[in-house]
Amino acid sequence: MKRLLAPTYVTFIYCFFYLPILILVFYSFNDAHYSLIWRGFTTAWYQLLITDQDLWLSAIHSVFLGFCAATFATSIGAVTASSLFRYRFYGRKILHTSIFVLLLSPDIVLGTALLIMYTLANLPLGFFALLLSHIAFCLPFVVLTLFSRMKSLDKNIFEAARDLGATDTTIFFKIIIPLLWPAILSSWLLSFTLSLDDVVISYFVSGPEFEILPLKIYSLAKLGVKPEINALCSVMFVVTLIIVMTSQFILRKKN
Amino acid sequence: MITIWLTLFGLLPFVLITVASFLSHDSRHLITLPFTFNNYLEILNPIYFKIFEKSFYLAGACTLLCLLLGYPFAYILARTREPYKSLLMLLTIVPFWTSSLIRSYAIMALIKAKGILNGILMALGIIDHPLQLLFSNTAVLLALVYNLLPFMILPLFSSIERLDNRLIEAARDLGANKTTTFLKVIIPLSLPGILAGSILVFLPAMTLFYIPDLLGGSKSMLLGNLIQNQFLLTVNWPLGSATSILLTVMMLILLGIYWHFSKAKDRQSLL
Repeated sequence: MKRLLAPTYVTFIYCFFYLPILILVFYSFNDAHYSLIWRGFTTAWYQLLITDQDLWLSAIHSVFLGFCAATFATSIGAVTASSLFRYRFYGRKILHTSIFVLLLSPDIVLGTALLIMYTLANLPLGFFALLLSHIAFCLPFVVLTLFSRMKSLDKNIFEAARDLGATDTTIFFKIIIPLLWPAILSSWLLSFTLSLDDVVISYFVSGPEFEILPLKIYSLAKLGVKPEINALCSVMFVVTLIIVMTSQFILRKKN
Repeated sequence: MITIWLTLFGLLPFVLITVASFLSHDSRHLITLPFTFNNYLEILNPIYFKIFEKSFYLAGACTLLCLLLGYPFAYILARTREPYKSLLMLLTIVPFWTSSLIRSYAIMALIKAKGILNGILMALGIIDHPLQLLFSNTAVLLALVYNLLPFMILPLFSSIERLDNRLIEAARDLGANKTTTFLKVIIPLSLPGILAGSILVFLPAMTLFYIPDLLGGSKSMLLGNLIQNQFLLTVNWPLGSATSILLTVMMLILLGIYWHFSKAKDRQSLL
């Protein structure tokens, strides 16, 4: 009895995590508008999604935004992490504090604070405002992932490289990047998912002419539960699931 | 260069929002002089106070539930052997990274009047009318726990995993029974994890405005919804800023408590 308790409990929690989503995916194939009863398999709701021009546009916007934000955040993050790792420089403390503040402050505070900043700077809300904000909230994750990975590297490598006459730039491109590429790739993927999923910060800094997918889903979900939204959410879930699994796999394999 | 960039996005917005919280607004300007403390006095208004009270109550209940559900889970997970441990961890990390909006929507679909939960309960004969679960505080609480549970489990897991087994054995050798060992050794040693998890659950629980918005109906309003309304509906930015600052101060107090009870090596695991 006692030996069964732990596995039962763990299974219960995993059911709690995954069942609601699995049910959602399952019912997105149900051939009925409101009913719970299974009326047969259909892909009609998915076909409805494919023909929706507005949805396509916001999906393209989101992917483009996520791509740019992840790329910038990862490159800036790689440079930041390696300078934090290798140098003691003026402003290092400020840099550390900034990352800490960005990481821990509630999303809504960051969102409203950025809104005020953009308004004062006369930056129109829209793509650029979104991009800058997404880079800002992805960056701490990238820096921390890379920084903790760098600490596990052999310090002698850097000294050997320096003794052999390598410059800082050479060390960055020839040593840090090749050694850290799994962590870099997985940070990129995680930044991409973070950007694709963000609602709270985007809500404050997005403009009417650049609609993105999470906000679109939010406004659709406010209207109630509908089969086509079930389908849309299922697609989004499967996409993020694949990305997250891939990034975890890359991180663990090299470990 | 990068320091400037990070300062620009890490610190400047917070300086600006702090300044904004002390300014006034009128019909033509979003934010304008004069300097005033009125915004902070206005937050003390009983209407807002009710929202704070409700936010604290719901976020507190959510934190407690997450802790009660998450602690045994993290404990079992931390004591599992490899390679199962990595697999189980991966299954916990996945919900951590997938969109909480989509997961909230899944809960919505599950508990709506004609949803599957009511369907099952009615088929089993437990109830004969569909329960009106959606658009209630219970629904909001359920969705919050569902979304935030992984945020509790991960810090708990890492602090229980690092727990020194020899201390537990020593306690047993000295004659402590299981309950005593748990209360006097395991709980105090995993306190940093408990605190870190509580912070990671408590603050988002108050501020994820789309959850009360989608599942709580029109009457449900938490701190996050209040800030959202102040910024975008009533367009009173200074008041919204003051509310945001209040939230930040709360965060700092909680962090202070955490700092007091944790050691440097525990803090690394939070980050």
